Formats: sequence, structure tokens, C-alpha cells
Amino acid sequence: MNAPSITTTAQTNTVSRNFDLAAAFKDALKAALITLGLSIPILSYKTNQSGADLFLTSRWGLVAIVCAIVFGLRLVLHAFTASKAYAKATPSPRQATELVDAGPSAFQKASRFGVPFFLGVALTFPVLIYLIQGGLNESRYWVDLGILILTYVMLGWGLNIVVGLAGLLDLGYVAFYAVGAYSYALLSTTFGLSFWICLPLAGILAAFWGMILGFPVLRLRGDYLAIVTLAFGEIIRLVLINWVDLTNGGAGISSIPRATFFGIPFTAGEDGFAATFGLEFNGMHRMIFLYYLILALALLTNFVTMRLRKLPVGRAWEALREDEIACRSLGINTTNTKLTAFAIGAMFGGFAGSFFAVRQGFVSPESFNFLESAIILAIVVMGGMGSQIGVAIAAIVLVGGPEVLRNLTFLQSVFGTGFDPNEYRLLLFGAGMVAMMVWRPRGLISEREPSVILKERKAISGSLVKEGHG
Amino acid sequence: MSTAGANIAMQNPQASTARQPLLSVRGVKTYYGNIIALKGVDMDVNEGEIVTLIGANGAGKSTLMMTIFGNPRAREGTITYAGRDITKMPTHEIARMSIAQSPEGRRIFPRMTVYENLQMGASMNGMAYFDQDLERVCTLFPRLKERLQQRGGTLSGGEQQMLAIARALMSRPKLLLLDEPSLGLAPLIVKQIFQIIKELNEKDGMTVFLVEQNAYHALKLAHRGYVMVTGNITMSGTGKELLDDPQVKAAYLEGGHH
Ligand SMILES: Nc1ncnc2c1ncn2[C@@H]1O[C@H](COP(=O)(O)OP(=O)(O)OP(=O)(O)O)[C@@H](O)[C@H]1O
Ligand SMILES: [Mg+2]
Repeated sequence: MNAPSITTTAQTNTVSRNFDLAAAFKDALKAALITLGLSIPILSYKTNQSGADLFLTSRWGLVAIVCAIVFGLRLVLHAFTASKAYAKATPSPRQATELVDAGPSAFQKASRFGVPFFLGVALTFPVLIYLIQGGLNESRYWVDLGILILTYVMLGWGLNIVVGLAGLLDLGYVAFYAVGAYSYALLSTTFGLSFWICLPLAGILAAFWGMILGFPVLRLRGDYLAIVTLAFGEIIRLVLINWVDLTNGGAGISSIPRATFFGIPFTAGEDGFAATFGLEFNGMHRMIFLYYLILALALLTNFVTMRLRKLPVGRAWEALREDEIACRSLGINTTNTKLTAFAIGAMFGGFAGSFFAVRQGFVSPESFNFLESAIILAIVVMGGMGSQIGVAIAAIVLVGGPEVLRNLTFLQSVFGTGFDPNEYRLLLFGAGMVAMMVWRPRGLISEREPSVILKERKAISGSLVKEGHG
Repeated sequence: MSTAGANIAMQNPQASTARQPLLSVRGVKTYYGNIIALKGVDMDVNEGEIVTLIGANGAGKSTLMMTIFGNPRAREGTITYAGRDITKMPTHEIARMSIAQSPEGRRIFPRMTVYENLQMGASMNGMAYFDQDLERVCTLFPRLKERLQQRGGTLSGGEQQMLAIARALMSRPKLLLLDEPSLGLAPLIVKQIFQIIKELNEKDGMTVFLVEQNAYHALKLAHRGYVMVTGNITMSGTGKELLDDPQVKAAYLEGGHH
């Protein structure tokens, strides 16, 4: 009983001796000096113009702050790596048996507590915000943000089918988002079809375009596939810009009919939603309805994906990602498997697109540029390629993060009133990506979740357990 | 060169309806680009037989096995299985005609669990017999039974080999193609694998086409064997005949019995 604890303390000592405070200070100081060197040409002087005169203002205070930040971060990094080395040196008792004796994995633990938590927050979000902000109008910003995040969660889950499950790198996913949005916009403005009819139509049309993209790229993989899909995304956007007769070109399509509550419009009038349900009219009713609409659509995407993963087609997608030749020799039609992946992924993109159109009431090609594709792909990759919950977390971080930045107004008291944290969004985005590459190169939740989790070993009847030994 | 007594079934065309080979390869030529890998191969596998193909590295054994599966495709010649010409058939359709293979290099799905790998093997017949077959392969390979939840890629080499064979068995094939099932396995396990092949053949009547480097074991086990040298079949005969052949002895059984 005593022996192990003695060895651990011994290890602790050696490791903590490894964390040399003086060396860490020295290193941090070096980093700060380098920062100082870099700051002198970049940060220390600023040109100001007043009238025709141009003069320099010095910003040594800012330089000092930046150097201090670098110094501090460097120290923290040292402490962090040291504590990590310590954790490594003291192995947990489970480690040795983990692989064979499949206890609950990190994923299973995360899903056991994480999923109900996230779902609960998502379902009650408007209520929570209402209570926190103390009023419908006050909560507008947050509900709007919730809608935005959920849209990206849904897009991420849709693309996850193509990239995460089937392993087909698609850089033009936004094309299907655009097809969905324009489908609703055109069908509703020209034929007066309602949202609930257009939604499935938009999905079908997007799926159809998914197949059209799928056919020529069937034999491509990896980089080549990425380039062709990228081009596809751009082609769709350029067609939307240039086919002015149909799409009204770069000006876009406006006054798209708003969503109705299953036929009841959200208007102040007699037959409006508020009047029908005896409520006081408020524009937020529509927002909250949209929130639950996109939540339902996102959950549908997730539900379908989870179901499909357990069905032969979903398992074939994953097998395709792992080894195409083995797939074929197991009797899987890889052509059909790829096409269904493209089509189903595109279909959810189409649903999300028509939601986008009904929320904005306006669509233009500008909303569907490559950056959108890149963000959606980044969500999937950061989430861990195939992990549903990972994708959701990544969407929250990548879409919600910039909004948090916008609210960091207290930083203005540090960096001066002209400081707009939002301008540093892409810088932080890049830094975050680099950090991910270093610490979690395979995504937030990199472990692939088995589609079948055997409880104990119940799939095997008891009589078998006694027989034979390897 | 060719040994007497070879192709007994073929020399007896009168009995062809009863003894038509399950798989027959006629004049098959396969190319990789412009390089010819099979230079006109003739081979038969009769129902209920274990047939082995031996040969040096690079002789074209794996190529023949993959050509039967249509990947790469034969440029000339015909491959007939159960009376149907499968030469031009897509790989996945060939696989659905109850031919299964455990290819060279195993090609299991590394990120999927053992259980899911086995499901993939069963998926083509709609998982109808999955539970039954799972029990069966678990009896054959108790090692896998302990590791159903482990990821394929984390299995040891020998365990991966077992998984590849087990996965091939999950589709209840009539014809099983095995490419070097003994590769990388400890001698004891090799014996077990060969024992399993024998059992599958005797008890279940499974026809087995076995590509092997382990010529001694393979020829002892097989009913008939073929020897391949640089894309040509140079010898054929019963397992015993080939074992006793001085040329085979010199080329493939050097160093006595392994
Ligand atoms: N994809 C390929 N492209 C080009 N040449 C190939 C390819 N695959 C195999 N070859 C060549 O074809 C010949 C036969 O290869 P094959 O893999 O069939 O040999 P083998 O008899 O199975 O050998 P081993 O016993 O080493 O597995 C070799 O010369 C090999 O280099
Ligand atoms: Mg080979």
C-alpha cells in the first residue's frame, strides 16, 4: 500500500525540480525583449493627421503593456507545461488497462453530461435570456446571436456528413446554402409558396445539386476534390451574380415573405400571432419562433445523422473514409455511397439556406462567399471531424467568440478609446487555429464515437465466454 | 515443367456439368500501366476445394487475387464464377456474389471498432445472420471476442489479421480468398489459422483460395496447388505432388520443414 505512494512522491520531486523558476523568468524576459524589439517599428509611434500636418505620437505605454502581456503569458506557458509533465509522470491507475478494458471513454463521459446540458440550455435559451435581461426587447440581441450560432451548428452538422463521416473534403459547401436560400427566395416571391412548402423543396433542390457536384468528383480524393468543390462554390456564386434575369444579380432579392406560425403571420393585425393567442404584439415573438425553428432544424440534422450512422449507409460512409478499396471488396457501392453523402449533406445545407432567407428577408450573393465555406469547414475540423458535440462546441466558439470580443469594451480603458476589439477578430481566429494545431491537432473531440456501444459484453452469449483462450 | 495428374477435373469434360469449377480463370492478362503483371493465367477452383497459390515475391499472386475482384481489371481473358462471367463486373457486385477476401495488408478499418468492422463484413447480406455469425467468428477467434470495443487500428498485427479473416467470414462466403493469412503471425497462431481454414472447408464446405508464402503449410493443407513465377502459372498439381516435386522443394521449401 505504501510503496506506490512513495514512488509517486519521488517522481513529483524530480518533476517539480524540473520547473526551474529562474530559467522560466529568463526565458519570459527574452520573449518580452523580442516583443519590445518588434514593437519599436510597429507599435511605438503612430502617425496622426491634423489638417495638412502629419505628426507622430509616441505610444510607449502601449508597448509596455504588450511586453508585459507577452512576459506573463510566457511564464504561464512554462508553468502549464511543467504541470502537464507532472501529470504525465504520475500515471493514473487506469491507464494501463484502458485500451483493452473499454471503460467509458472521454467521448462517452462528455456525452453523458455534456449533451443533456447543452440540449437543456438550447431549449430554454430564450426563457433564460428573458429572465436575465428582464424583458423581451432587451433580449433581442441574444436571441439573434443564438439563431446565428444555431445556423452554423446546423451547417456544421450538415457538412460533417460529407467531411467528417464520408471523408470527402468539400470546400464549396456554401453553394448548397446558397441554393437553399435562393430556392426559397425565388419560389416564394414568384409563386407565392409558403415557407413550409419551400423548405422541403429547397432541401430537394440542394440535394440535387449535391449529386450534380458529386458525379464529376467521384474519382477524386483529398486535395483534388477540395479544389473542384472550391470551384463549384465559386461557380454558384458567380452564376447568382451574373444571371441577373433570374436572381437580380448582385442587388439580391428583397422583400422575401416572412415566416408564419404555421399560417398565422407575426403581425400586429387582427389575425396576427399576438392577437390569436391573446398576447400583446411584440416583434420578438417572431424572433423566438425563428430560434425554435432553427433549433428544430439543427436537431433534425443531428438526429438524422445519428440514425444514419447506425444504418448501413452511414457505416459505409465511415468505412469509405477509412479505406475505399476495402469497402468495395466488402460489396459496398462506393459510387452510390459518395453520392448519398453529397446529397444528404447538401440537403441540410439547403434547409439551412432557406431558413437564412426567411430570417433575413433578403438574400444576395455576398452572403455566400468562400469565407462562409471556410468558417463552416473550420467548425467541422475544429470540432474533430465526425464528432457531433465537437462541431456544436466549435460553432459556439467560432461564431459566438467574435460577439464576445465586441463586448469586451473594458479593454478600451487599457488600450485607449480608439481600440475596437472586433478588429482583432481574424488575428485571434488565426491564433486560435495555431493553438488548436499545437494542442489538439485532431480537433476538440478527436475520438471517433463508436456507432455501437456494447454494454458489458452482452452481444456475446454467456456460454461463449468460457471457451478458448487466444 | 507441368506435373502429371494436374487439372484432373479439366481433363474430363464429360463430367463438366457436375464438376464445373466454381471459379475459373482463363488466359487472364493484367497490366499496371504498361507493365504486364499477369501474362495469361489459367486456373480453376472447384467447389469444396482448398486451392493454394505459391510463388516468390512479386510473382503476381496478389495481383491475381485482386484481378478476380476486378481491381485491377483483367485486360484480356475471362474470369467465370458459378457459371457467370465476372470479368467486367464492378468490384462491389463481385463481392455480393458470395465471394469474400481478406486482402494483402489486411485493410481493416482502423478507426472503427472490431465490432463495427465485423458489421461492415456482414452489411452486404443485410445483417440477417449477424448475431449468429458474430458468435461463430468469436468462437473461432476468442482473441477478438475480448476486443470487440477496441479500435481496429490499435489491434496487434496478428489480431488485425484475425479480424480481416473474421470480417471476410461475416458475409457467409461460398468462396473465400485469403492473401497471406499467416503474415506476421507467431508459429502457434499460424497453426491455428490453418486449422481454422481446414475446419471451414470440412465442416462448412467453404471453398478456399489461399495465397501463401508459407509453402509447406499451405501445400500440406491444400487439395491442389499452383506455382506462379513472374506472372505465369508454371506448375500445378495436388498438394502432395507439389510438396514432393524436387523443383518446388528447391525453390520454395528450402531449409526443410518450417
Ligand atoms: N499498383 C501497382 N502498380 C504497379 N505495379 C504493381 C502494382 N501492384 C503490384 N505491382 C507489381 O506487380 C508485380 C506483382 O505484384 P504482386 O503484389 O501481385 O506480387 P505477389 O506475388 O503478391 O508478391 P508478394 O508475395 O511479395 O506479396 C510486382 O512486380 C509489383 O511490383
Ligand atoms: Mg502479395
